[in-house]
Amino acid sequence: MKLTFAIQGGDFIHAGHPSSEVKKVLKQLNIDNKIIKNVVIALYEAEVNVVAHAYSGTVNVEIDENKITILVTDEGPGIPDIDLAMKPGYSTASKSVQEMGFGAGMGLPNIKKNTDEMWLETEVGKGTKVKMLNYFS
Amino acid sequence: MKVFELVEELGLKVFSGHKGLDREISGGYVSDLLSDVMGNAQEAQVWITLQVHQNVMAIASLKDLAAVILVSNLEPQENTKRNSDDESIPILGTSLPAFEIAGKIYQLFNR
Repeated sequence: MKLTFAIQGGDFIHAGHPSSEVKKVLKQLNIDNKIIKNVVIALYEAEVNVVAHAYSGTVNVEIDENKITILVTDEGPGIPDIDLAMKPGYSTASKSVQEMGFGAGMGLPNIKKNTDEMWLETEVGKGTKVKMLNYFS
Repeated sequence: MKVFELVEELGLKVFSGHKGLDREISGGYVSDLLSDVMGNAQEAQVWITLQVHQNVMAIASLKDLAAVILVSNLEPQENTKRNSDDESIPILGTSLPAFEIAGKIYQLFNR
């Protein structure tokens, strides 16, 4: 099964929509609740990263019998220093984004913690790709 | 304990999400950082916060929280209330600051 969602940079109103849809689908498929929770946390963080930092993005979800693979691709500023971005507590979010309670520097670390595998590919000035994989068993 | 029992015990205001008042509460979580709640809150907890915008409800729904409690007389934004009604997750309010309301709820759960 494949699902695709578009994300607009700066659109906090719809942040969480892809996560919510994926959660519904996984529930219908009777996937273990703990795994659904992990997937939802990771996807929500990836969505918010696009909304908070990039201009636009796409979420591509692929679900098969034993795993879910999610690719979040954005057109945005890219990440100059991945090690720093992966460090819990480090954030480049704007002040207004931080006032909403985002930008605590927990996004990428939360994604890593809640996925079985994670890949990050980025080019400064172009954008970032985050691929996340969770096995169902 | 159910959400409506907590409302009665502590005299909380119910802003929205009345359909969710019979949700069972497993405990509470206090944080104003959304990623922290996303990563660490547990299902059926009440979330004590000062954030009033609608992303609060996105998180409450994704995490299957029992209710959101706004502290210090804060009020939810209109679209936050709408989401709360749609998701049947109540938004409650108190005049107390987070430390005090958390203390009271902690006592209720440990008496």
